[in-house]
Amino acid sequence: MSKQTQHWEKTRGLLIVTLAIWFVFSIGIFLFGAEMESVTGPFGYPLTYWFTCQGSLGIFVILIFWFANRQEKIDEEFGFSEKGDD
Amino acid sequence: MIKGNFIDNLPKVYGIYTGGFLAFIIIMAIAEQMGMSAKVIGICFVAFTVAIYAIIGWLSRTAQADAYYVAGRQVPTVFNGMATAADWMSGASFVAMAGGIYFKGYGYMALLVGWTGGYVLVASLLAPYLRKFGCYTVPDFIGTRYGGNLSRLMAVIVLTVASFTYVTAQINATGTIASVALDIPFQYAVYVGLISILLCSMLGGMRGVTWTQVAQYIVLIIAYLLPVFWISNKMGAGFFPHFMLADEVARIADLESQFGLGTVTNSAADLANVPKGLAGITKAHSAVNATPWAFISLALAMMMGTASLPHVMMRYFTTPSVKAARKSVGWSLFFIFLLYSSAPMLATLSKLSLIDPNLATGIIGKSIAEVQSIDWYQNWNQANLMFVSDFNGNGTLELNEFFMGGKAVVLATPEIAGLPYVISGLVAAGGMAAAMSTADGLILAIANALSHDLYYKIIDPKAETAKRLVVARVLLVVIGFAGATIAAMEIQGILGSVIWAFDFAMSGLFFPLVLGVWWKRANREGAIAGMALGLISGAGYLIWVRNGGSGFLGITQLTFGIFGSAVSLVSMVVVSLITSEPDTATQKMVDEVRVPSGKSILGKQH
Repeated sequence: MSKQTQHWEKTRGLLIVTLAIWFVFSIGIFLFGAEMESVTGPFGYPLTYWFTCQGSLGIFVILIFWFANRQEKIDEEFGFSEKGDD
Repeated sequence: MIKGNFIDNLPKVYGIYTGGFLAFIIIMAIAEQMGMSAKVIGICFVAFTVAIYAIIGWLSRTAQADAYYVAGRQVPTVFNGMATAADWMSGASFVAMAGGIYFKGYGYMALLVGWTGGYVLVASLLAPYLRKFGCYTVPDFIGTRYGGNLSRLMAVIVLTVASFTYVTAQINATGTIASVALDIPFQYAVYVGLISILLCSMLGGMRGVTWTQVAQYIVLIIAYLLPVFWISNKMGAGFFPHFMLADEVARIADLESQFGLGTVTNSAADLANVPKGLAGITKAHSAVNATPWAFISLALAMMMGTASLPHVMMRYFTTPSVKAARKSVGWSLFFIFLLYSSAPMLATLSKLSLIDPNLATGIIGKSIAEVQSIDWYQNWNQANLMFVSDFNGNGTLELNEFFMGGKAVVLATPEIAGLPYVISGLVAAGGMAAAMSTADGLILAIANALSHDLYYKIIDPKAETAKRLVVARVLLVVIGFAGATIAAMEIQGILGSVIWAFDFAMSGLFFPLVLGVWWKRANREGAIAGMALGLISGAGYLIWVRNGGSGFLGITQLTFGIFGSAVSLVSMVVVSLITSEPDTATQKMVDEVRVPSGKSILGKQH
């Protein structure tokens, strides 16, 4: 298997993990919006309300930075990383 | 003047700018104490900030194609994040979002989730690959990846339909704010707004827009956060509202049941007296009030729309590298998060300060005559944003007898909470910055697609750079005026047309873009079918539902993109598979795009 194919397979694997996490916090949990309502979430907000105001949004921010770092590691591993600038 | 070491000095330049802006706010506050009138303060805020943007626009003038189209590809990650956040957060986000949450609660918050979750798709599926491609515009990618003028043209059409729907709403918003702040009729204010917008973009193209958007982000985030923190502290709700409003949210839920929310309703005859555009509190503040599918379908449409809107995507063409493009998406969302996570807090503070009888500002339970004699009530009633009426004739204001416009949550809450007028002036400047920055991004996206893809790539491929940039600028002005003319007619509300833009974009562009990178087998015929049938079926569904059609699967006129993009996906896959696979050169190009290092597909000047 060529270096490029391996690189792309790892990249695709990372994509699937990223999209799975994205799916859980953008769609999955809101299937149970009514069920989570009576649960008290962080800072004392109702859990569903907290996810819509802060939780999901904050998780997306962290997820993108995590994804960017993982992808960079994959690029470095196969020597496809760009040199120099950031 | 703006070259080389300007990039290295960015933190310093914008640090001084932020300090200067804060000093300006303090000077205005002192002037207010010394008796400067509210009207003059409003004019100063809008005029001062717009003048600064115009100066930045002029300093960024350029005669080079790559500076004009992609800001020379040297915008650092964090600053590109700020520019994208300003590009993204429109007048609707700034002025209408807190109001939407205030009135519609949970069902509306699908937009918050959708407008942030979409960035995960941008970062993982598209932005880094399009940056590697080295294109100037989104149709540039479609045209080169799939080949042929027809695919390029289709992409230009989808882009224009989506962005133009969006831009009229933004010019409308600049007009509304300019007309209030400068006290001139809306029909003229629209053109004042337009000229401010063009001042930022015409001379410097993407470069000018980038540096003004950073400046606009700083103004709009200060203008949004300062009142939220101030009101929260003044009310004693907590010094850091985001972490401390749980009691207030619970208190609103108690008051809702105490006041008979949902059980006491108004008759149609009573509601006929309420001025158009105003609404009462009819939905629970924090409780789940929408079905899972209603919530998820709206969020999903907004997420896929986010990943298809060209004015956002093209911001990631300006970073120095692929790596920087990925990180930059994270920074963009972080800066957006700062405002979006504050909107529900503002809605909570606003609602509680109006309805809690234990607070001095609360009006529910007071006598109608007393409410009508309050200064701020009179001001906002005159501005057609507030209304009370004693439907049951008991002389006391009930929850179902109080009506407000969505914009009032952002615009009026500082005044209700008793903040000095200088804050209202600041909020006007912030709203203007939000609407201008988005309008600039959108007008530039359309003008660049028409000048680069339609004129240069299809009509006259031999045109010189100077001539191309003249065409680009002429188109910018023409599109701006066309948008302003339609905005001046005031045909649709701000928020509705914004959501439609997302649906149009996802109907036509989402799958052709994503599959262009992730599916090598996707070919020209498939992409053309995907764009054409997606856009036509999405638009057809919208027209059908607007004309009384019942719709299906719970897809509404706000989520028609789900139907459009499904048609787009199916037709693109089917047509690609029944026609021949792309040639080896194209397949090799896709392989190249998937690797961050090495040369971009399209040259620096193309």
